[in-house]
Amino acid sequence: MVGIASFGGYIPRLRLSRKAVVEANGWFNASLRAYARAERAICSWDEDSLTMAVDAARDALADRRRDGFRALYLATTSAPFEDRQNAGIVAEALRLGEDLSTMDVGASQRAGTSGLIAALDAVAARGGPVLYIAAEKRRAAAASPHELLYGDGAAAFVLDRDDGVAKFIASRSSSVDFVDHFKGKGREFDYNWEERWIRDEGYLKIVPPVLKGVLAEAKLTPGDITHFCLPCTLPRVAQSLARAVGFAETSLRPNLDGQCGDTGTAHPLVMLVHALQEAKPGERILVASFGQGCDALIFEATATLPAMQKTRQGVLGSLSRRKEETNYARYLAFNDLVKMERGLRAEVDKQTQLSTLYRKKDMLLALVGGKCERCGTVQFPKSNICVNPNCRAMHSQVDQPFSEFTGRVMSFTADNLTYCPDPPAHYGMVQFAEGGRMMVDFTEVDPGRVEVGMPMRMVFRIKEVDPVRGFTKYFWKAAPIGAAKES
Amino acid sequence: MAKGIRDKVAILGMGCSKFGERWDREADDLIVEAYEEALKDAGIETSQIDAAWFSTAIEEQHVGKSGVPLAMALRLPYIPVTRVENYCASGSEAFRGATYAVASGACDIALALGVEKLKDTGYGGLPQRGRGALNSMFWANVSAPGSFAQLAAAYRAKHGVSRDDLKKAMAHISVKSHDNGARNPKAHLQNKITEEAVLKAPMVAEPLGLFDCCGVSDGSACAIVTTPEIARSLGKKDLISVKALQLAVSNGQEAQHNFWDGSYFATARAAAKRAYQEAGIEKPREQLSLVEAHDCFSITELVTMEDLYISPEGGAVKDVLDGFYDADGKMPCQIDGGLKCFGHPIGASGLRMIYEIYLQMLGRAGARQRQQEPVRGLVHNLGGFPHQNVCSIAIVGKHGA
Repeated sequence: MVGIASFGGYIPRLRLSRKAVVEANGWFNASLRAYARAERAICSWDEDSLTMAVDAARDALADRRRDGFRALYLATTSAPFEDRQNAGIVAEALRLGEDLSTMDVGASQRAGTSGLIAALDAVAARGGPVLYIAAEKRRAAAASPHELLYGDGAAAFVLDRDDGVAKFIASRSSSVDFVDHFKGKGREFDYNWEERWIRDEGYLKIVPPVLKGVLAEAKLTPGDITHFCLPCTLPRVAQSLARAVGFAETSLRPNLDGQCGDTGTAHPLVMLVHALQEAKPGERILVASFGQGCDALIFEATATLPAMQKTRQGVLGSLSRRKEETNYARYLAFNDLVKMERGLRAEVDKQTQLSTLYRKKDMLLALVGGKCERCGTVQFPKSNICVNPNCRAMHSQVDQPFSEFTGRVMSFTADNLTYCPDPPAHYGMVQFAEGGRMMVDFTEVDPGRVEVGMPMRMVFRIKEVDPVRGFTKYFWKAAPIGAAKES
Repeated sequence: MAKGIRDKVAILGMGCSKFGERWDREADDLIVEAYEEALKDAGIETSQIDAAWFSTAIEEQHVGKSGVPLAMALRLPYIPVTRVENYCASGSEAFRGATYAVASGACDIALALGVEKLKDTGYGGLPQRGRGALNSMFWANVSAPGSFAQLAAAYRAKHGVSRDDLKKAMAHISVKSHDNGARNPKAHLQNKITEEAVLKAPMVAEPLGLFDCCGVSDGSACAIVTTPEIARSLGKKDLISVKALQLAVSNGQEAQHNFWDGSYFATARAAAKRAYQEAGIEKPREQLSLVEAHDCFSITELVTMEDLYISPEGGAVKDVLDGFYDADGKMPCQIDGGLKCFGHPIGASGLRMIYEIYLQMLGRAGARQRQQEPVRGLVHNLGGFPHQNVCSIAIVGKHGA
């Protein structure tokens, strides 16, 4: 038996008001007005598919050991690197060790589910646990409908040889070179064909046989499915498919269009996590996706699911952690969709010395510091001589991860002078409860809301991007614990 | 403890260029401007200088590396020239090198000269620059005002001071320095300002507004030092000598251990204690006549008054508002306008501070001359960030005092 042993989800805190976008672009394309409702999730300037993958994975790994993983697979069509394994960066950030098989899956909106099927097959054949993550932050041209429909988000699963919280029942796939959209080599944005054709010749003809096939394989009837997850932003398509196959109307899961938007290749799995957070033991979830064919998987919730529902932020928790963004110009700037005067201070060369990065990758990607075995002092970075003035032992430190530490703000500022894509730059000294401290950048804070003593946790984020060489640099930042909900 | 430097080395002459936006001058022009004044003051020829120490901090912006730029500018006759850099305390470092050389007997006469040409970046404020390969990968995105601004947050939390009270004391510091700068013809900023203007100024790094930050300037300053015996043999009567030279450098305890609360400078306290011992000062609040502190930001000056054991801990706000540090107060601080208004050409700043104490001791400070005769002056020169920095303290005074 193979199943989902754990799940996690992440939707970025910022939600772009669609009304604000339409107000800006409606003069040019009046048909956008049809989308001027609710909001979509957007990454802040320091988030991307990798940082969201790490966030979702940390949610899934919250109470689990990190050693012993057999593999980590990352599905995304919006990876920051075309040639530098993105899954490997996530594995480093999560400290999964080097004895690990890692792989990127991409090139289709179906990558998220196709990779999951392959990962489940791998667990069935060779055992687990396997960490499987799907994350997406798609770019869309300004004034396109996709800018309004797309969303950013990630989902993560620990897969293992056990029923876990949701037992894997069956899967089915088809491969059809149906080009509803494509993104050519070196192109910034998708190129899309007419929606009516996509609906009639695509979804309504390609999806049903696969749904019927997976039910047949599982020896189930449509009435056995309680939760039907199918991402589709075209109106009423999911309903039509449910009707065509015979699923109960109540089984249709919300596609979260008004909460986070369509998170691309991650979206079927974001919807799966959302369903897992609400499903009851014994209920069956069918998750399907469309993209040059179709994938469908069936899971069955087990008796251990309710306990895990209480301990995961998942999609539900992420959605309730929200800050509205009504400044469309800021979204454009974050996504490099407008030529900005960034000032002379932004011109400093940001080259990364790759040999230095490699030598210090535990420190930089996984936030590993040191702990003195003589006196117990934890310190960042790890060093040759203990920082404790009453110790000063040499070569006494062992690895001490700081990523799961919590701390409090000791001092801080909001800096308008230093170059920051989202000024003012907030940073300060964070004193960790476990000992040790760090002068560190803050993220997810709002001007006027930071205080000395504020509780903070560490999150994996973009430090800066080297625009000359196209290299994204990652490090950890401090973020408020339980960032306040905002209306 | 070592016997220290007290009264072993005398200042033979000093010079200082006009500080400011010297758009029409290269670094070597500024060097010569300061040097000519010092040479004339010392009454010697270049050929009598045995060795030189040259301080610049952001050399990539102007002269480049090494001692060569100084030797070229002054046509020094193949003597030793050492370039030093220690953040914003670089000028004091040059002075320390020259003073120690004389004290050791290796040199009879030595030169310390600092220069910085900062106004060629194309933007206001200090140049944005690399911090070292690894540091750039993990340090917070700190600017100078942003790192020093944090003193205010931590100081308020520790001493229970309201934001408004602290801002008011900080404003008093800036208003006072502008008053003093207005009497200094070499100062970068010679305008008076009001408390209202300070409080309404645009925010640079919370809670530091524009007037809480010092000027970024072009300039040069220098000192020629020798032994008291040689100074007398050259005809000097009122000798000004070095009483103490101390330097404390962060080792990571503030940034990485758990004891420091962010509201003060651990280095300044260590250096001050040693400097007072070296100079034979037991009660700094009574025995010092003048202070030149490294007022890169108003909040730095405020907490430094406590780190120097002049104001009691938590008492600087009251002393500042009482006018204790005003030009006509008990102990003027930045009687020349300080970094705030005289300006801050980094490599020259420590030497500029000593220059001011030297002028005041000799009664040559013109319109800003302290009437109550100064005996001992303290120079506090700081570089880096509150959580990791270099702090220099020099005490100079009347020979034998």
